[in-house]
Parts: sequence; C-alpha cells; structure tokens
Amino acid sequence: MIALGLTLLFPLVGILLLGCIGHWRCAGFVNLVISIITFAAALVLAINIFQHGPILSAGKLFFIDAFNVYLIVLNAFVGMTTAVFSGPYMAHEMAIGRVDDGRMRLYYSMYQGFLFTMLIALSTNNLGVLWVSIEGATLATVLLVSLYRTRESIEAGWKYFIICGVGISQALFGTILVYFAAAKTIPGKNDGLLWTVLQEHASQMDSGVMALAFVFLLVGYGTKVGLVPLHNWLPDAHSEGPTPMSAILSGLLLNIALYAIVRFKMLVDPALGNHLAGNLMMGFGMLSFSVAGLLLHRQTDVKRMFSYSSIEHMGLMTFAFGIGGPLATFGALLHMIVHSLTKSAIFITVGHAAHIAGTQAIIEIRGLIRTQPFVGWGFLIGTCAIAGFPPFGVFTSEFLLFTATIKSYPWLVPPLLVGLAIAFAGLFRNLQPMVFGEPPPGQQPVTANMWPVIIHLALVIWLGISIPTVLADWLNQATIMIIGKGVL
Amino acid sequence: MLITTLSFPEQLVLTLAALILLTSFIMLAQVRLDSLINTFAMQGLLLFFTTVLMAVISGEYHLLISAALTLFLKVFFIPIRLRRLVVDLDVRREVEVLGNPFLIMLFGTSLVLFSYYVALPIRALSLLSTRNTIAISLAVVLIGMLIVISRRKAITQVVGFMSMENGLFFAALVSTNGMPMVVELGIAFDVLVAAILFGVFFFHIRTEIGSLDTDRLNRLTEVEK
Amino acid sequence: MTGWIFAIIQTICVVLLAPFMAGWVKWLKCKLQNRQGPAPWQPYRDLLRLSRKQVVLAETASPIFRMAPYIVFSVTVVAASIVPIFSVQIPTAALADVIVLVGFLALTRFFLSLAGMDIGTAFGGMGSSREVTISSLAEPALLMAFFTLAMNASSTNLSTVISHLAQSQFILYPSLIFSSMGFILVALAETGRIPIDNPATHLELTMIHEAMILEYSGRHLALMEWAAMLKLTIYSVLIVNFIIPWGVAMTLAPRAVAFGVYSVICKLLVLGYFLAVAETVQAKMRLFRAPHFLGLAFILSLLGMMSHIVLEVR
Repeated sequence: MIALGLTLLFPLVGILLLGCIGHWRCAGFVNLVISIITFAAALVLAINIFQHGPILSAGKLFFIDAFNVYLIVLNAFVGMTTAVFSGPYMAHEMAIGRVDDGRMRLYYSMYQGFLFTMLIALSTNNLGVLWVSIEGATLATVLLVSLYRTRESIEAGWKYFIICGVGISQALFGTILVYFAAAKTIPGKNDGLLWTVLQEHASQMDSGVMALAFVFLLVGYGTKVGLVPLHNWLPDAHSEGPTPMSAILSGLLLNIALYAIVRFKMLVDPALGNHLAGNLMMGFGMLSFSVAGLLLHRQTDVKRMFSYSSIEHMGLMTFAFGIGGPLATFGALLHMIVHSLTKSAIFITVGHAAHIAGTQAIIEIRGLIRTQPFVGWGFLIGTCAIAGFPPFGVFTSEFLLFTATIKSYPWLVPPLLVGLAIAFAGLFRNLQPMVFGEPPPGQQPVTANMWPVIIHLALVIWLGISIPTVLADWLNQATIMIIGKGVL
Repeated sequence: MLITTLSFPEQLVLTLAALILLTSFIMLAQVRLDSLINTFAMQGLLLFFTTVLMAVISGEYHLLISAALTLFLKVFFIPIRLRRLVVDLDVRREVEVLGNPFLIMLFGTSLVLFSYYVALPIRALSLLSTRNTIAISLAVVLIGMLIVISRRKAITQVVGFMSMENGLFFAALVSTNGMPMVVELGIAFDVLVAAILFGVFFFHIRTEIGSLDTDRLNRLTEVEK
Repeated sequence: MTGWIFAIIQTICVVLLAPFMAGWVKWLKCKLQNRQGPAPWQPYRDLLRLSRKQVVLAETASPIFRMAPYIVFSVTVVAASIVPIFSVQIPTAALADVIVLVGFLALTRFFLSLAGMDIGTAFGGMGSSREVTISSLAEPALLMAFFTLAMNASSTNLSTVISHLAQSQFILYPSLIFSSMGFILVALAETGRIPIDNPATHLELTMIHEAMILEYSGRHLALMEWAAMLKLTIYSVLIVNFIIPWGVAMTLAPRAVAFGVYSVICKLLVLGYFLAVAETVQAKMRLFRAPHFLGLAFILSLLGMMSHIVLEVR
C-alpha cells in the first residue's frame, strides 16, 4: 500500500513543484527525476502484487489486481522515458521561442498532472472516481494541446475539449445507471460504485438497465478511445500538441479509456448473459479499424498519419475485446502494452524528424537516414513494428487476434486482412520517401536522445518473442477475470 | 407514480423538473447571450431547490452539501464568470443559430420523447417517488448536447456543456438520491476546473482568430479545400 | 326543460355582458394610462349607434360580404352557448366538445377572412392574410393545450373537464401549469390583443382584425364588433374556468347557480384587470415576431402534454 501511496504522491508533488519552477533550466531534469521515482515506486508495487496477489486498500478506495498492475507500471515507464525525451526537446522549443516561461511551467506541471490522474484512474476501485480522473486527465492536457497558440492548435484544443467533454458526460450517465442498478442489488449504500463489490453481484443486476448503461459507457469512453465516428478530436489533438504530449496521449490515455470500457464489460457480461456488449464493441472496433486505415492514406502531416494509426489499433483492440474468446482477449491485453510502447517510440522519433526537417509535413521530410542515421533507422524500425512485422510484439498480438477470429467469426478475417494491408500500404507509402529519399540541401542532424526509442523497441521485440512469465501470468489472470477462461 | 398519490413536496419536485426542462428549451431557442446565461443560472437555481426538496423528502441530508455546491457553482460562479467574460471579450451579444430554429425545437421535442422511451426500463425498476423525472433528466442532457452541436459561438457551446452537467447531476439525484459524496465532490471539482479552463480558452481563441465564432476554427479538416 | 331554459338564459346573459367585458378592459387601460377614458358601458352606446346608421356597401361587394356579419355573429353566439359559464350542467354540454368549439371559432374566422378579401382593397386582403397566418400557428398550440387538459380529465367534453378540475383536490399538475400558460398566450393571439394585434389602432402597419372589418358600416359593423367582444368573453371564461375552476355551479340548483354567476363575474373582472395591465406593459410585437410568440405558446403546450405523459401517468 505504501508503494501505491508513493506512486500517487510523487506526481502530485511534481505538479506543485514544477508549477513553480517549470521555467528554470533544470525543470526537465526535475521532471525526469520525479518520473523515475514514480516508476520505481510502481515497480515496487508490482513486486508486491506479484508476491501477495491483488490488494484492496483500506476503505476499498484503491484496488490493484492483475489487470491494472502492469498498466500502472507501463504508465510510469512510458512517462519516464518520454520525460527523458521531453527535457531537451522542450528546452529546444523554448530556445527557438515557441513557448515562454509561463507555458513551460504549465507544461511541466500538467505533464505530472496528467500522469497523476491516469495513475488514479488505473488504481481506483470506485467507478465514479474513475470517471472524475479520466475527465481530469482531459482537463490537464487541454491547455497543453494548444500550447503553441497557433490557430490550428487552438482549434485542436477546442475540439478536444468539447468533443471529449460531451462524450464523457455520456459515460457519466452510464455510470449513474450502473449505480442505479447496483442500488437495487447491493446492501451497502456507498458500495454501489465499488468495482469489487459490483463484480461479486454482477449477475444479479437488472439486464435492461445494464444494457442501457453499457451503451452510454461505450459511446462515452469510446469517444476518448477514438472509436469512429467519435474520433474527430484525435488526429487534431495528437498532432498539434508538443511531441511528448502526442507520445503520452497516444500511448497512455487511449489505453486507459479502453481499460475503463473493459472494466465495465466485466460487469455487464454476467448481468446481460448475452453477447450484446461484445457485439457492440466488435462493431465499433471494425468500423474504426477500417475507416482509420482508409483515412491514413489522405494525410499530409506525419503526426496525423500516426494518430490515425492509433485509431486503427485501438479499433483492433476494441474488436478483440469484443470477440471475447480467451485468445482474443489475451491478444488484446498484450496489444495494449506493445502498442503503447511502439507508438510512443514512433512519436519520439517523429519529433526528432520534425526537428530535422523543420516541419511536420510529410512532403517536406526527406532522407532521414542520410542526415541522421539513428533517427532514420528508428523511424523505419518503429513503423515496421507498428505495421505488424514479426518479431515485434504487435505481430504476436495480431496473430493471436486472427487465430481467435478464424475460430469464431471466419467471415471477418478477410476485412481484417484487407484493412491491415491498407494501413500497411499507407504507412510505407509515406515512410519510404521520408526515410530513403534525397535529403533537401542544408539539412542538419540535431541532438537526439534515441535511448527511449531503443529501449521501447527492444521491449517490444522481447514481448513479441517471449513474454516474461510474470507478465504472462498477469495477462492470463486478467483474461480469466474478463471472460472466465484463460489461455495458459 | 400516479401524481394523485404523491405528497405535496413530491408534486413540487415534479413541477420543478418540468420547469427545468422548460429552461432547457428556452436555452435552445435563445438568441441573446445575456438571456442565455441568465436562463442557465435560473436552471441552476431550480436544480438547487429540487435538491433541497429531495433532501427533505428522502432524509438524506448529505444532499444539502451537493445543493450548496450546485448553488455556488451553477448559480453564482459560472454565470458571473461567463458574464464577465462576455464583457471582457467584447463579444457581440448575439448568437447565430445554425439551421432552422423551429426545426431545432422540434428536434428537441423528439429528444424528450426519445429519452422517455429510453428511460422506461429504469422507471419500471425504480422505487423512488420521483422516478418519472429520470426521463426529464436524460432529456436535459441530450438537449444540452443539441445546444453544443447547433451553436457557433464558443460561449453558447460552453453553456450547453454546463447544462449537460446540470442534467447529469439531476439524473443522479432523482434515480439514486445522489451519488456518494466523494464522487460528487470530484465531479464538482472537475466542473470548476473546466469552467476556469474554458475562460482561459476563450481568451486564446479570441486573441488568435479575433472572434468567438467557432465556425472560423476550420483549418484542420479531412476535406480537401 | 329547465336545463334548456337555463342554457338560453345563460347564452343571452353572456351575449349581453360581452360588450361590458370589452368596455371594462378598455376603461382599465385608460385609467392605467392616466386618461379619463370612456365609461365601461360605452360599447353598448356604440353598438346602438351603429345599428341605427345606414349601411354603405361597396359596389364590388358580393353576397358573402353581406352575409358574413350574420354568420360570424350567430356562430359565435352558438359557441358561447356550449361553453359552460355559470354552471357545468347544461344540456348543450353534450355538444360541448373542445374540438367543436375550435371548429366554431374556425368557421367564424373563415368567413371573417373572406369578408376582408371580398371588397378587393389592399387593407382587407392584408388583414385576412395576417389573420390566417397567425391562426394557422395558433391553432396547433390551442389544440395541444386543450388536449392536455382533456388527457387529464379523460374526455374532451368541456363540462366534464371543468367539473373534473373543480372536484379534484389541489394537486400541482405540471401539465396544467404549462398548458395554461400556452393557452393564455394563444388566447392573446386569437382575440387580437397586444402583443399580437392592437384593438385600438387603424394604422396599416399594425392592424389585423380591424383591417378585415374596415369596409363594414352600420349594423354589419355592430354585429362584427359584438362578435369580437363575444369571442374575447368566451376565451376569458375558458381561461378562468380552467385555471381557477372552483365556484362554477355543478348543478342547476338556484343557490349554486347564483354563486356560480357571482364567482364567474368576479373572476372575469379580475382577469380583465390583468389583461389591461398586460396590454399596457407590453408593446405590440413586430409582425414577423408573431411566429416566435406562437412558437413559444406551442412549445409550452407541448411541454404540458409531455409533462403529462412523462410525469403524471402511472
């Protein structure tokens, strides 16, 4: 419990501290230190869980089990590696005058604020607090998306604010409905929002109300996941903000929204008894996957292109959770991890590439591998990873998903394959000239710390080839919790 | 519950719920910004009275804290802040409604009917005397969303958003006698922060594009120009 | 038999009292505007004077122009006869359906509009078109308000509705609150009062009802004006009997009827006062804003209906 307390405490301290000193030159370093401590505390927490099993805090406010422990560690880890990248990147942005003192303070304190709210969302047992913290994460990042105060970034920030705000209100209505259904079956008045208590009584809750609640929740949290047709904010918000923001938004926030949906699915499936929740998720997932793959081709901005790739992968994960078999669920859980790692690595590389070329337009970025081989190679390998090449982890999880789809819904495999091929084509069509083309005259390499990228990609390869037993165990336990049957 | 079987405070709750729906419709049709903000404050005030009545009827006195929060946020803080923003931003005090106002009102009516049908299973299950008002609360949420969609000025979109939060608070109130305190406080905090951030955002929008007409925020789009 | 005699007496009373109602409102308005003003029984003198004057007909007048005043007046009298004014137990109660009432008033409006267009002057046509526009927007609101009341009492019969409302204990019905508000707004529009139409004006820009009867003179004009005053009285009686139904006689017993007469007259006088205040405080709306006003009335009535379905049943 102390580990959890520390994991949550340090980002909170970071918010306050960096809010005051964020414009100093050491701010990036302070940010990194706080993130490292948070990560260390998260690791200690994970070891705790590994040794003792799930922990329910006193007062039942926090609950760490196999499903969220590795997500907490992943959160802290990506936060840490992105902080490594963010320090020099933002210092450079400040040097060229794109952000001033006040905005730097805002950036650093809200960076920690974002991590704080996400960690609370992952570790809480109270579904209302889950909503509050996801909305809090949105609020923390709104001003960061529009940090550069250009017309496009303000538009992106406004769309993000309004669309996510309206969407998440639907999720609150769904939560109220779940609380209402719980109030009928659960004795304690204040226990109606506690996930552990709800899970025990899930099969007794009224199916009509729970079905209605799940629709609202899927639409609400689905807006934050980026499911089509509620995805309009995502490409804008992920492309207009500073690159570290894009990395953690793409890598972490989408995961947490999907985590919330799956937590609710675990309550709704026993209550409903039929496959309605799964079918809805499959429908939305398939739609997002197909539409995003097609829209990928039209993009002229490199970050927007990868945002659509995020939408596509989140669609794939939603689809996998919707199928509901053990293989598909295991694959989806694995995909959450590897997608997060790969996408943040890609965005870091893209950040460097944009620095080299001075712009984010695909047409103008050329010849990365000649100008700065590390960045070029990182870009190439990262895109191969996200497109689903073996031996990367994305291939493993997609393979598991296909196996599951062939078993349960063989007629859906051709659209999936075609969609993957389309996305693959779109990514590589743009990648090839960016990496291998003729660099424009006068393009200079920049100081780039590629260590985060290397570590992330190495982890993804490791997870693709051989998942460590500890993690496999947790994923298996989570699969059993979600659908009742495990893989291993 | 047949209205003849309800006590007088409970009938009053139903009347207040209907008046809250009326304020939603008035906001949908309202053209001028001052009246819009005042109507929003009125909706908050009606919600405050409803919460106090529910606290008295059900004996759950923690609802009085929620009522006080609603009064502070929705009746005083947010409307006063919005009015001051209107003055500071020198916004022309008109609102252009997208599309035909009469069609939008009819659509609002159909949203009420839709909420009624959606809320039928909930109503069948509830034991509270005010269960008929669950449909009204969902209607307020959906009409708030309609306000956000159908307007162009950023301030009206914010008022619609806050009206959605009003509807959600009302939904929690009438279906379950309010959420647990920790969640209510969290939601109130979120609304407060959102209100502050909106204010900051308005200044950014105004500085950058010279007006609060969100139709001018149209650079990022998938359609080829 | 007594019922029928009572019904006839009631109708005659109302027809004779209608000019007083209009005169009372006008007298109060003048007092509020700090003027001396004509006495409340001035309309009687006007009607008498007009009936003695010679009728002047335009050359282009058709038979409809000459028939219209009689038709309008008599249909309005029949409409007045089916409204339960002093007591609800009148034999014409069997006819007293709200839809029939609305139908009667629509018939009068039809002939009024025809008469307005008949001569062929610009004023008449303009008045008729405005009148028809406003009533096409007002009628849905009126019917919606009536239907809400009818759903409450499970019948569209006016007497049943009023007796149901009078006999139930005091319950706060949101549907009745909203539909009453909508009904009052529609009544303002249908009777041609401010803010829709100014009954005292003859300016081209602002007149609707006056424009339609502009060409009339002599006894035709007397009948048209009397019909308008009678229409105002009918709407006023409906408003007071729907909103404050207590006091209306349930039976034909003399004491009950006397009390009913007394209470309705008091209520009408009070309503006249509020009408005078409302007309003094407001300005006439520009014509293109009349649809907004009637849209508001429609929304209020619709909300009343929806409140009934959502909140009050089961």
